[in-house]
Amino acid sequence: MKWSDLFTSSVGKKWIMGLTGIFLILFLVVHVGLNACIFAMDGGVMFNKAAHFMGSNAVPRILEIGLFAGIILHMIQGWLLELSNRSARKKGYAVPMGNKGSKWYSRSMGLLGTLLFLFLVMHISHFWVPSRITGLDPVMIDGKEYHDLYGEMLQVFQGNLLIVVLYVLGCFALAWHLLHGFQSAFRTLGLTNGRYIALVESAGLLFSILIPLVFALMPVSMYLGWIK
Amino acid sequence: MQHYTMNLTLKVWRQKNANDSGHFETYPVKDISSEMSFLEMIDVLNEQLIKDGKEPIAFDHDCREGICGMCSMYINGRPHGPWQHNTTCQLHMRAYNDGDTIVVEPWRANAFPVIKDLMVDRSAFDRIIQAGGYISVNTGNAVDANATPIEKDKADDAFAAAACIGCGACVAACKNSSAMLFVGAKVSHLALLPQGSPERKNRALNMVAQMDKEGFGACTNTGACEAVCPKGISIENIARLNREYMMAGLSDDK
Repeated sequence: MKWSDLFTSSVGKKWIMGLTGIFLILFLVVHVGLNACIFAMDGGVMFNKAAHFMGSNAVPRILEIGLFAGIILHMIQGWLLELSNRSARKKGYAVPMGNKGSKWYSRSMGLLGTLLFLFLVMHISHFWVPSRITGLDPVMIDGKEYHDLYGEMLQVFQGNLLIVVLYVLGCFALAWHLLHGFQSAFRTLGLTNGRYIALVESAGLLFSILIPLVFALMPVSMYLGWIK
Repeated sequence: MQHYTMNLTLKVWRQKNANDSGHFETYPVKDISSEMSFLEMIDVLNEQLIKDGKEPIAFDHDCREGICGMCSMYINGRPHGPWQHNTTCQLHMRAYNDGDTIVVEPWRANAFPVIKDLMVDRSAFDRIIQAGGYISVNTGNAVDANATPIEKDKADDAFAAAACIGCGACVAACKNSSAMLFVGAKVSHLALLPQGSPERKNRALNMVAQMDKEGFGACTNTGACEAVCPKGISIENIARLNREYMMAGLSDDK
């Protein structure tokens, strides 16, 4: 069997979705961990240092290319699958099946993913673009100059209710997407037999609640002035 | 349970042939016994239609014991009607009350084109089986059944997968019209047994290739298939198929 046939079959395409999905899940762990440095209550010293490491060290910079490639592959493959899956039933039912047998979010991964894409456009323009392209204000920490990404966060979120609400909604979309996507990725890779299934499902549930919750706390705490 | 009779309104999909665009027709049915099966209720309606000089409703059925996989019907938004682990032929009218309206549609999927009314062409499943859902055995004396030891747990799992009757409710329920529960069951049933082992790689690769060729969608693990399966085939069989397929593809010699 040719490699191209293997990865363009329906199962192969789903493997690509599962592998990139798990890669993006791992990225979320790194992202939420680094961002949680804002909760150190040190005026952003630890966070700015962490952001500096991510922006200057070769390893995260190379991984960043992989990250963008992973996101783009996951999105394009996801949309293509959504379109071909939808076209597999040209004539639909008069009475839809609805929630008889499946959860709404498991049937709405294309929609949730598209919402996450829209969120990402906003999110990247808020932080990644100033960090890497247009530039950030400098800040002095221990006599050394750093980019003040923490200051940028405060600027984006403080007194900006609409942006905070959009970020929280983005976290909800992420939570629903993960709630199905986490365990679905493992099923697609064939890793959920017998004793693994309970582990994957409970880890997925915990992950889908915890990660978006910590993310959502960031704009909310800055807006409410819990961290300054 | 107390016996009762009911009057119902049926909205049934009527379609002359594969090329007809089709439409819903509304039929009142009277004095239906709660002891009747759903198909017997349709028989009563068809008797009336014949008496009135109209075309009876075409529908698939055979054993009417829930084991052959011929009956279909998507009833009020669910394949095989409201009961769990049940086929349409084993659905009984005690599931309904006097005055109910019941909407009956055929399985919907491009890979299952409507032949007439509620009958769909499920030969796509046959072609998937022909692509690899078998083991090759040379002719000669039958081998003693106990000559090959099989672990009890594996035999049980294989049997549970082999319970699939190929009715296609999984495809009908899936938002993607995916046949992965069917193919997963057929691949698992043989992959779990030593007799199925020699051909396991080609089986997984060829059956998935045929499934894609027939125009079924890809699996997104929503679980709707498992929920409506009359034989309770577990969605874990899909995970096993995913594993079988990729392991076969990655270790293929060609």
